[in-house]
Amino acid sequence: MATVETHALTKHFDSGNAVDGIDLSVREGEFLVLVGPSGCGKTTLLRMLAGLETPSSGDVLIDGRVVTWLPPRKRDIAMVFQSYALYPHLTVYGNIAFPMQAAGLGRKDVATRVQKAASMFGIERLLARKPRQLSGGERQRVALARAVVRDPVVFLLDEPLSNLDAKLRTSARDELQQFQRRLGTTTVYVTHDQIEAMGLGDRIAVLDHGRIHQLGAPRDVYHDPADTFVATFIGSPPMNLLEEGALLSGVRPEQLLPRAVFEAGESLVPFPFTVERIEYLGADRLVYGTLAAPHSLTKVISRLPSTIALPIETGRRYDFAVREHDLKFFDRATGRRVERGAAR
Amino acid sequence: MSHRPFSAVRSLKRGGHVLLLAAFVAFLAFPFYWMAITTFKSTKDLIDASHNPFLFGAPPTLDNLRVLFFQTDFGRWILNTAEVGVLVTLITLVLAVPAGYALARLSGRWGHRLGIAIFLTYLIPPTILFIPFSRIVADLGLQDSLWSLVLVYPSFTVPFCTWLMMGFFKSIPRDIEEAAMIDGLSRFRAFVKVVIPVSSAGMLTVVIFTLTLVMQEFVYALTFITTSAHYTVSVGVPTFLVRGDVYFWGSLMGACLIVSIPVALVYNVFVDRFVAGFTVGAVK
Amino acid sequence: MNAPGELAASRLGAPARASPCRRIHPFDDESWLGRILLAPAVIYIVALVGFPFFLAIFYSLSDATVGSTTLHFVGLRNYERILQDPTFWRSLRNAVVFTVVSQVLVVVLGKILAMALYADFRGKWIVRFLILLPWVAPISLGSIGWLWIFDPVYSVINWSGRALHLFGPGFWPIWLGQPDLAMASIVMVDVWRLLPLATVIILAGMSSIPQDIHDAAAVDGAGFWRHLFRINLPLIMPIMLVALLFGIVFTFTDLIVVYVLTRGGPFDSTQVIASYAYFTGVQGGDLAAGAAISLFLFPVLVAVAIVFLTIAKRTEVT
Repeated sequence: MATVETHALTKHFDSGNAVDGIDLSVREGEFLVLVGPSGCGKTTLLRMLAGLETPSSGDVLIDGRVVTWLPPRKRDIAMVFQSYALYPHLTVYGNIAFPMQAAGLGRKDVATRVQKAASMFGIERLLARKPRQLSGGERQRVALARAVVRDPVVFLLDEPLSNLDAKLRTSARDELQQFQRRLGTTTVYVTHDQIEAMGLGDRIAVLDHGRIHQLGAPRDVYHDPADTFVATFIGSPPMNLLEEGALLSGVRPEQLLPRAVFEAGESLVPFPFTVERIEYLGADRLVYGTLAAPHSLTKVISRLPSTIALPIETGRRYDFAVREHDLKFFDRATGRRVERGAAR
Repeated sequence: MSHRPFSAVRSLKRGGHVLLLAAFVAFLAFPFYWMAITTFKSTKDLIDASHNPFLFGAPPTLDNLRVLFFQTDFGRWILNTAEVGVLVTLITLVLAVPAGYALARLSGRWGHRLGIAIFLTYLIPPTILFIPFSRIVADLGLQDSLWSLVLVYPSFTVPFCTWLMMGFFKSIPRDIEEAAMIDGLSRFRAFVKVVIPVSSAGMLTVVIFTLTLVMQEFVYALTFITTSAHYTVSVGVPTFLVRGDVYFWGSLMGACLIVSIPVALVYNVFVDRFVAGFTVGAVK
Repeated sequence: MNAPGELAASRLGAPARASPCRRIHPFDDESWLGRILLAPAVIYIVALVGFPFFLAIFYSLSDATVGSTTLHFVGLRNYERILQDPTFWRSLRNAVVFTVVSQVLVVVLGKILAMALYADFRGKWIVRFLILLPWVAPISLGSIGWLWIFDPVYSVINWSGRALHLFGPGFWPIWLGQPDLAMASIVMVDVWRLLPLATVIILAGMSSIPQDIHDAAAVDGAGFWRHLFRINLPLIMPIMLVALLFGIVFTFTDLIVVYVLTRGGPFDSTQVIASYAYFTGVQGGDLAAGAAISLFLFPVLVAVAIVFLTIAKRTEVT
């Protein structure tokens, strides 16, 4: 269990800075998620933490120790790759045992540790098989077992769930979080899926173009986004942004509801709009439409939970509203969040 | 900001790397350097044992090349070799590419076995077949004709190239062909219009490999061809520039260089694709 | 298992072979198409490899000579004679020795060279060009070059050795004149010729290993040697075997290098099967004996190929 820090970490490629002066601080035992769209630099950042890429400038520290120039094997870390990177020519036992053998452990010790790691993930019966005989879920567990067996101080995970099918992903996510809580090892996790990020992370770091836009607990990132990028990246469907002079006001789909739903006496801002399309998703209805003046032609999405049974039809105009204090404001030029005050 | 620390170990590794490469290059390429010098050396210079073989003891001369080009049919031989090379490559492509496709896609289990059987015929080398071939070729009246070579050379190119293309086609996802078939093409036309263009690396490997083997072939050419005008380079040069015990070293080495260097340049340009074709085809 | 035609036809939704008036266009009918595409190659191979092969066997069982127009069947007489010929055994032994020694060297050196060439560096293009030259040069001409390098009087090696004071005053090896040196010379030329091809093939294998695997091994703590022997080599084993198989076929059946360098001498001490067959059959005129000798190449090659393909199958990982 250790802290992980980066100081002004930068990685420069011909096409520009993949990672641009990032200062990151991961607490002991924390599950930190790096999330962002493809190309935002999260994987490059992770690989620099691992020692698989050398930074152009800046430092990486593990447990207070500068490890920037140390090779991966000297950092006491373990990594799970998106493709799992299992050694195809070794059995599952051989795969899990490999790091132990590299560390020079005796045969008996290796066997004990492998058994322990395998039982942690329920794959004891697979030990004699080769990777090509395993399903996706099984391979993922082998990759995790191989990471765990060394008892490292930091886990690095690079989109380990993206190769699983949707159903498996949810249960795998659950298991992953439980297992990390149990071990208490500091974990840095990379994903492009913001739902995964919100579900797993103690804190999440939202990245774009090599910079961290916001670092905070999921709740903070969701309810207090630092800028328009975070506001629209986190949350599905994304936050509605409306132009108001020099500012943008933002309202989340679940906050844009029919006026009738609100209690009397709440201070509301009206948003009448014409419905164009409705998606019935079971637990929610997604209502797509266009606002009336003064925001004419702005397309918005409203999310109605199924508990609101109000009938909505396409083509008709409804009186929707938003609680005044739910509105967020952003500077139009920089995208940064500003406190309410001037507008409205 | 921290910078990468200087490491003596890394410099040592770099130096070792360079030294290693230098040693290999020296072993593999030095004979060619020496061939180059010898090509331009006058005979006096060459046979004087006290002269440094790496330098010119007497002024360099073009005599050897003159002998090569004007006193032998060297130009002719190059043309012959090129003709045979192109024809044999075409024949190999026409035979091996469809066969490889058939084995990869259309045959099921017996296809795999047949593929291995075809590969195994590669193990019947020219040194077994040249004796019966000498009779067959004579009986067919192709004695001393380049057509005998065109006829016989595919026997050692087709088996291997079929096997190579089989592996290569297997690695191409079926999706593209199926998409083409849904778009209205028959399987054969899908093969021609979609699969073949995608397999350029594999076909390039076949072409390069075939040309190399043809250019180098010696045994059949020696057995079937008898007159100077019909020789290929590989046989003509040693035959005419070695009179009994007398070797025309300068001309011989010149010939070797003239043939090798362009081919090596072409190889060098395509070696990445060759590697790709080989990887995909052979490492199923 | 369904016949290929049925299976394919049902996949395409076309009716299976039950219906009597098939309207499937030939270009869609899978089994037909398969056979058509395969036929030219198979016919060619049967006619131009299979037929001469059997002819060679037939000759070996006859009394054919270069000049004769009639043939008589003589059973295994040629084989009996050959098996009692000490030169034959010498040839067989030499062929095996040359092949094994040169190919071991080629594989080891090829792996080392491939590792050196794997990373990018400045001037790589030129280095690659120089390294490819031996493979590209026609065998006959390259061998003649080495003939001069090994020349008893003018040998460049000896001259350099003298000049660098590595060779003492009395030390002047006659490379092609002494049996063991001659054998070493032939091995050296075989290695020189095949090293480029092996290197290229091994490079192909190395580049087929996903980078992820190397990263995982680095994170897992593997140092240089462990990485090499436990990760790198096992994963390129199938393709190294292919390279090895090629090398064995080229070397074991080689006629030219031996012919050019030593003519099989001194005193038949460097004969190999291919050269001995040539001298006996073509130069000596005894076609039948020549055919019989050369046929001994075949079973050895097949045995080797089967062993290799089995091992390659076993070590395949995908």
